[in-house]
Amino acid sequence: MDKRNWKGWLYLLPAILFLGCFMVYPLIDVFIYSFEEGYNSASQTYYGVGTYNYSYVLHDPYFLQAVKNTFLLVIITVPASTGIALLISVGLSSIKPLRELYQTIYFLPYVTNTLAVGLVFMILFKKTAYTDGLVNLVIHWFGGESIDFIDGPYWAKMFVLCFYTIWVVMPFKILILTSALASVNQDYYNAAKVDGTSRFRIFRKITLPMISPMIFYLIITGFIGAFKAYSDAVALFGTDLNAAGMNTIVGYVYDMLYGNSGGYPSYASAAAILLFTIVLTITCINLLVSRKKVHYV
Amino acid sequence: MKVVLQNLTKKFPGRSKNDKEVTAVNDFNFEIPDGRLIGLLGPSGCGKSTTLHLLSGLQKPTSGRIFFGEDDVTGLPAEKRGVGVVFQNYALYPHLTVKQNILFPLQNLKGADKLSRSEMLEKAYEAAKLVQIDELMDRKPSELSGGQQQRVAIARALVKRPRVLLLDEPLSNLDARLRLQTREEIRRIQKETQITTIFVTHDQEEAMSISDMIVVMKLGVIQQIGKPQEVYDDPVNLFVAKFLGTPPINVFDGKVRDGKLYIGDEAVLDIRDVPDQEVYVGIRPEGFVLCETGSLCCKLGGVEVMGRDISVVSTNQSSVGPTIRSIISAESKVDTGKAEVRFNVKPNKVFIFNRETEERICFRCSSAM
Repeated sequence: MDKRNWKGWLYLLPAILFLGCFMVYPLIDVFIYSFEEGYNSASQTYYGVGTYNYSYVLHDPYFLQAVKNTFLLVIITVPASTGIALLISVGLSSIKPLRELYQTIYFLPYVTNTLAVGLVFMILFKKTAYTDGLVNLVIHWFGGESIDFIDGPYWAKMFVLCFYTIWVVMPFKILILTSALASVNQDYYNAAKVDGTSRFRIFRKITLPMISPMIFYLIITGFIGAFKAYSDAVALFGTDLNAAGMNTIVGYVYDMLYGNSGGYPSYASAAAILLFTIVLTITCINLLVSRKKVHYV
Repeated sequence: MKVVLQNLTKKFPGRSKNDKEVTAVNDFNFEIPDGRLIGLLGPSGCGKSTTLHLLSGLQKPTSGRIFFGEDDVTGLPAEKRGVGVVFQNYALYPHLTVKQNILFPLQNLKGADKLSRSEMLEKAYEAAKLVQIDELMDRKPSELSGGQQQRVAIARALVKRPRVLLLDEPLSNLDARLRLQTREEIRRIQKETQITTIFVTHDQEEAMSISDMIVVMKLGVIQQIGKPQEVYDDPVNLFVAKFLGTPPINVFDGKVRDGKLYIGDEAVLDIRDVPDQEVYVGIRPEGFVLCETGSLCCKLGGVEVMGRDISVVSTNQSSVGPTIRSIISAESKVDTGKAEVRFNVKPNKVFIFNRETEERICFRCSSAM
């Protein structure tokens, strides 16, 4: 190694040590566990090596349910939240009066405590001995039947989970998109205006490409975030997610480690590696697609 | 297309309630003949860009009217005025190729004006050929030099055959060499297309070199309109005299006494018809003639040789600026060993201005001393 180089490495050392200890080593460890059958973390023993853990997890109905839930969540919430956030941001940037007030209102969920948010959703959706919840009151008012959103049919629970997720991730996306929109040079719009470009065409041909790096960033982080969803489901349906049928992949991993059925680090590791593979694949696909659609200036 | 501005005024509200409103453009009246190249010239904040925006329709005037030919376009939105605009930063869409950029305005056409794909391409290539970028059609703007981007922006502005072409500081983003080239290019394009062109600049050299007519502005008020040379030779006030010309005009504190113009205690010119008063005396750098017995005595500061001519830097107690710069043909010799240098002045390069109003005082010269 060159003399000039070791100095650089020295500067990097703290970060490398830290990341090595707490990121790379556990990752490798998890990968190893996932192939060790019946690994016991207390006695540090296992029966054998093979792909049995994967085959168990892939045949576990709870895991399959969790995969289904997670995929549904991803497919619904990522496009929906990004799309709605884009609409709101465009709206916000085209109004002048009360813009700051609206911006604050839309940003409130971001700084609100999760428990408070949970409470609000409880008031909205939860059936108790005294009330059916606010949403049901509205449904009643329109002459509909009461629906149990927390303990009821699968689609209702899924709806609440998606609604909750979209609502929680929205403020951040609006924040990013409004600042992206504000950073587009006004001259582009002036030039387009002089040329008589319609508003829709301005949006599609100028605004969207200009903010595409930010949209892409939001989609990638949105995908990853939604794949790793867990706490949202817990906040709504409690810790026994398998019983509620609303488990997510991360929830499954957690349950395998610590839950009621817990104590199976091997299965947990296999599930975690599977999740890793899924997220990696999706992100790679995202990157490939973005090469054509995203314009870095 | 003739362009007429009538009592055009634009006021901007103050930032806070207590602030006074700002008059960016104050009661403009002028007429631009068809097919001319006009330079709006002034220091920053003089309202020249606002005037351009009013012409383009991107801003609405507070009062007054704008006519393109016989049409009153004051109320028309930008897209209905038939203007082409080249923005200061060119505003080329960075994600589109040169070709797509030039096609963009054509693709906006609707209804009866709608063109077929081949017609559009034909027009785009025609515009590109005019500005000589037809080789670069598939590049992205980021892959072009500043001068090339400028041309693309002009092509995009011209492709719809606008009635009026507006250029906002067209040369400010280019380096010195390219600036020279591009301003000739703009002149050529304007001559070829015969489109009435109005451009904004703070650089007097730029404006003087290519305009048929310049409009000198200061703080929202037109100071003088005319052919560049006329304005240079016959400025209406001290501001215009100072603003035009590089190196700038030399200004002295002076006075008129008994038909003589004094700088300090030295009488430099015999002038008639001017009552005795304190004045500012402006002398163009080329208005000095070296002469052993010259009437104006200055302390020699230095001599800069520039090839074609030399520039004598000197100081004088009465000078308003720190130094006096005079341009003298390189054939004349300056003895740099001497502490002093003496000049005679050319009467037609000397202007005198009222001390208070800074308006020009015209004088007739009986004889140069």
